[in-house]
Amino acid sequence: MSTETAQPDGSATSSSSNVARQFATIFSPPHPLVLESGDQIGPVTVAYQTYGTLSPEKDNVVYICHALTGDAHVAGRHSPEERKPGWWDGFVGPGKAIDTDRYFVICSNILGGCQGTTGPSSECPETGKPYGPDFPFITIRDMVNVHNGLLDHLGIEKVLAIVGGSLGGMQVLEWAINHADRVGAAVILASGAKLNAQGIAFNAVGRRAIYSDPLFHDGWYYEQSEKPRFGLALARMIAHITYLSEQSIELKFGRRLQDGDEFRFDLRSETEFQIESYLHYQGKRFVERFDANSYLVLTRAMDYFDLAEKYGSIYQAFEKTKCRFLVVSYTTDWLFPTSQSKELVRALVQARRHVTFRELESPYGHDAFLIDRELPKLGSLVSPFLARTHQDIAEGTF
Amino acid sequence: MCAKRIYMPDPRAAVTNDLIIRKIVEGSRVIDLGCGDASLIKRLRDEHSCDVLGVERDEELFIRGIESGVPMLQADMNQGLDELPAQSFDFAILSQTLQQIDRPLDLLNEIFRIARRALVVVPNFAHWKVRLQILLRGRAPVTSHLPYEWYESPNVHFLSMVDFRELANEGNFKIVRELPIIGSRAVKRASFANWRAHSALYVLERNSTDDSQKATESQQLVTA
Repeated sequence: MSTETAQPDGSATSSSSNVARQFATIFSPPHPLVLESGDQIGPVTVAYQTYGTLSPEKDNVVYICHALTGDAHVAGRHSPEERKPGWWDGFVGPGKAIDTDRYFVICSNILGGCQGTTGPSSECPETGKPYGPDFPFITIRDMVNVHNGLLDHLGIEKVLAIVGGSLGGMQVLEWAINHADRVGAAVILASGAKLNAQGIAFNAVGRRAIYSDPLFHDGWYYEQSEKPRFGLALARMIAHITYLSEQSIELKFGRRLQDGDEFRFDLRSETEFQIESYLHYQGKRFVERFDANSYLVLTRAMDYFDLAEKYGSIYQAFEKTKCRFLVVSYTTDWLFPTSQSKELVRALVQARRHVTFRELESPYGHDAFLIDRELPKLGSLVSPFLARTHQDIAEGTF
Repeated sequence: MCAKRIYMPDPRAAVTNDLIIRKIVEGSRVIDLGCGDASLIKRLRDEHSCDVLGVERDEELFIRGIESGVPMLQADMNQGLDELPAQSFDFAILSQTLQQIDRPLDLLNEIFRIARRALVVVPNFAHWKVRLQILLRGRAPVTSHLPYEWYESPNVHFLSMVDFRELANEGNFKIVRELPIIGSRAVKRASFANWRAHSALYVLERNSTDDSQKATESQQLVTA
């Protein structure tokens, strides 16, 4: 394990604008990470960020697991000039639902990603070139093993809570099951014990879009002047629809036209409706920051996730857990509908675990847990849940 | 005017909670359906080492449950309790809620799917003051805890102790215990209970078929 170049970010009490990305190198030879597939990888670089101050007892750590295309930059800005703050800035920070005045928050980019942690676009130590399509097959469990490797590296034995939505929620589940001694509470948002067949179907279309892009070159596009951005953008557009809801699209765009009030009656104009323009914009922005091979690796990891398949049943999986659970779903989420959260709850009650569940009303579909307007409702559950767990652990009444 | 109307006492009063706690075996698995601020299950957990779960729809009360550190579920009891596995509790508490459920018999059946015993507290709308109010003033009953006019009351059914016994018989449930609550006390063998009790606590079990005869007998213990 290498030493750290930067120290954890100091207490950002007045403002969370002063945040910095840090790197750790773990699983260096001769201790590579053994993957669920049996393959090995190492060393693994982990990009992570921290917020707040680690308590002397090291009992205030909240680990955030980001979703499919997120990154370690949860909150604040790296510099005042940065256009947008971190992806959960409304939820994480001083005085916010996950209060960095009280908690030491860690978020790391997932294994297989492309935002600083080792992934297909990283250099393979043996070849000196990007892994590309030779990057090993990874699973949610592998991602969680890397999170835990980072904790070892940081000298943190146990976390107060792990929090994640969607693919992040899958990591939280896997962590609670496989590293049960290291976690006090698990917060699972808009997620489930598996990706259902409908979700796999959408992922399949997204991957096909990438594979069929002539610029994909079987994944060896890193040395080309152009990357497979059309395929990746299309994959993003499809996926983005699954993150919204009929209601939210109606609210935000309706049938409004992009330019003027009249149809053009011209098939060559591809962007007539505002929703078209929005999706094109989402696709375009996405390819600026995301790697096509990473998209393939991560959606596959998501497809493979299935607690019942791996442990015999969800109940048997939860029998291994030792933490408290907070499960939250959203009324208009059709990618991970409430029925999926209820499935988790049923198994947790059966396993006699401490579980709290609530379905929140929202028009915003799967993405609701990321939408600023929805955060107060979510915070009113998460904030007392964390505070109470923190208190109960400190008082030994957990 | 409303001010002159008769109100039933606070259904979540400490007296009812004490009564319920006495009926629950230490260390049991208990679910409280419509648990309010979770104060009852918190006491069951802390004083009785019970393994508890609260069910509450109201958002504010739900959050107070989280603050007390007890596990909480949101569920619509009119839609069944399908997120709860069969026979996962020793006791289910249903305090002052049954009269607010669309189909009480369905809920009781659902309760016996998930729990072995039920503790049900229901208001007795045959209390003499309510009878007088209807007779002399011609007004519909309301309760003090839910002082709503008839058109906005969550109470969709009005029942008496006699009616509840009939429901138990109909659903083939055995009334293990019937405790009329008069004033702030539970009175075991109260005379004229159906006149004097504002509420009653029932300990219910599912009848095995040969027990149904007994249920009919116990029903005849008290007359209206």
